[in-house]
Amino acid sequence: MPLSGEALQAIRLTLELASLTTLLLLLIATPIAWWLSATRSRWRAPVSALVTLPLVLPPTVLGFYLLVALGPDGLLGRLTLALGWGTLPFTFSGLLVGSVIFSLPFAVLPIQHAFEAQGTRPMEVAATLRARPLDAFFSVALPLARPGLVTAAILSFAHTVGEFGVVLMIGGNIPGKTRVVSTQIYGHVEAMEYAQAHWLAGGMVLLSFTVLLALSLMKRPVGRKVP
Amino acid sequence: MTQDAGCSRIRLEVPRAGFELAVDLALPATGITVLFGASGSGKTTVLRCVAGLERARQGLVQIGAEVWQDDAAGIFLPTWRRPVGYVFQEASLFEHLTVGANTRYGLKRGSSGGSSRGGLPGGSLGASQALDSAISLLGIGKLLDRLPSQLSGGERQRVAIARALATQPRLLLLDEPLAALDHARKQEILPWLERLRDELKTPMLYVTHSADELARLADHLVVLDHGQVKAEGPAAAVLSSIQSPVLAGDDAGALLSGQVAERDPRWHLCRVAFDGGSLWLRDSGLPVGHAVRLRVLARDVSIATGEPQASSIQNHLPCTIESSAPDAHPSQVMVRVSVGASMLLARITARSFESLGLRQGMNAWVMVKSVALLQ
Repeated sequence: MPLSGEALQAIRLTLELASLTTLLLLLIATPIAWWLSATRSRWRAPVSALVTLPLVLPPTVLGFYLLVALGPDGLLGRLTLALGWGTLPFTFSGLLVGSVIFSLPFAVLPIQHAFEAQGTRPMEVAATLRARPLDAFFSVALPLARPGLVTAAILSFAHTVGEFGVVLMIGGNIPGKTRVVSTQIYGHVEAMEYAQAHWLAGGMVLLSFTVLLALSLMKRPVGRKVP
Repeated sequence: MTQDAGCSRIRLEVPRAGFELAVDLALPATGITVLFGASGSGKTTVLRCVAGLERARQGLVQIGAEVWQDDAAGIFLPTWRRPVGYVFQEASLFEHLTVGANTRYGLKRGSSGGSSRGGLPGGSLGASQALDSAISLLGIGKLLDRLPSQLSGGERQRVAIARALATQPRLLLLDEPLAALDHARKQEILPWLERLRDELKTPMLYVTHSADELARLADHLVVLDHGQVKAEGPAAAVLSSIQSPVLAGDDAGALLSGQVAERDPRWHLCRVAFDGGSLWLRDSGLPVGHAVRLRVLARDVSIATGEPQASSIQNHLPCTIESSAPDAHPSQVMVRVSVGASMLLARITARSFESLGLRQGMNAWVMVKSVALLQ
């Protein structure tokens, strides 16, 4: 077996983290994307900029501020302590929070574009057919935005699997808790264990390709024109 | 204004870029009311306000006995609570649902509240009967398993109309439903719309800027210009007015309602009787007694002071000169004549108007060169 137990653990943790992050992001990003696509509020531009911020910031900057904020003296840290959750840095939950924030723009932007592309017409049609706004959202706007949702899921998953800087800053690379594949490979390389690094890195390439291929096959748009 | 039972009242004030939309309409309880006007005259805004998709600054929307909006009383029903049917210019079917699921979409949500006055033939209907009736009325039974992307433009519009009808609306709003279609598709849909007009009890408000659709479909006509009502009334009366012509140029003409009275198989002609006379035209196979409307263009009507003898023109009728007005070009005059209780328009040259000595109240003859049968 070319992969060590530690490496397998890192793989399992990576997949767990990426799946949970993707799930959480779809739940969080969809309402944000809907609001951004529909609102005329003056808060639209600032919120949009805030959501896009992780796209341009170096992951270490994000990781650093999260570390500070979630630490025992940070605002969020004091909150989690008061709630009896302890402090999040160097835990899997902390990693999850970091990943969600780090990949937020990758989830929000495709969904927002999908909502913007369909315009207001489908929701108006649904209203003239007696659908309440929430009903219309779930029965019309959301299904029509499916390609955007799939893209958001692909990007969130892939981006989380590939993240390194935030993970290192906030997770601390603790085996079995916060050590994911990317940091495991880094450890192997540091220790000059190139063979092990190869197996893990090669496996990563294969896995990522397979996931992306499967997801983009699923992404076929509904109602494609039949010649 | 008194309110007849079943009639609808729509009063709206909407500030628009460049002008103020201000309309106050009383619509008949059945038939098609055409909202006619150039692009940007505010027709679509009226429909959107009636449906509650846009909010007028001041508005009263009363459909039959139901008040959908009355800003004076603080009433504003959201769109989904208004028992309205809306057919948009582009068919806007839900692309992720089959035709069948599209038509059932409103049905599941459809307890429209209040007493249901079924608009489809057969009076008050259960929801699934209304759906079946709408599907057969629009002839889309064979399309139910298809996806919208597999339909032609004309089929999509028919599905959109059936989907709106399936909810048993109190009022059907149609926003230029044919404008996005080519000529052939328009001709394909128009008979379906005529069928709706003749068989439905649901009043329809139909927005268009097409003279052809106006002539074929309108029972009642409202002409909008820059947000103001320029003319309103029964379509035949409004169209034969020459003081503020609704249709200019080659489109100007009168509308007659009648029925097939006689058929002449030898010459393939049929005689259509209307209130005041009758006209011979090409036999299109309609049975005797069938109700038809005729469109007589002003450019196809000429005037003579004596009964015309030996003319190739088959149709000449005694008439009385009612009024005249200058036409677009100074060489021509538009003359309005009465034939019995019906009105016709004739476009003649100013020179013949003077040399014939035509004047109001004078008896004369009209010769009708061509008549369009509009079913």
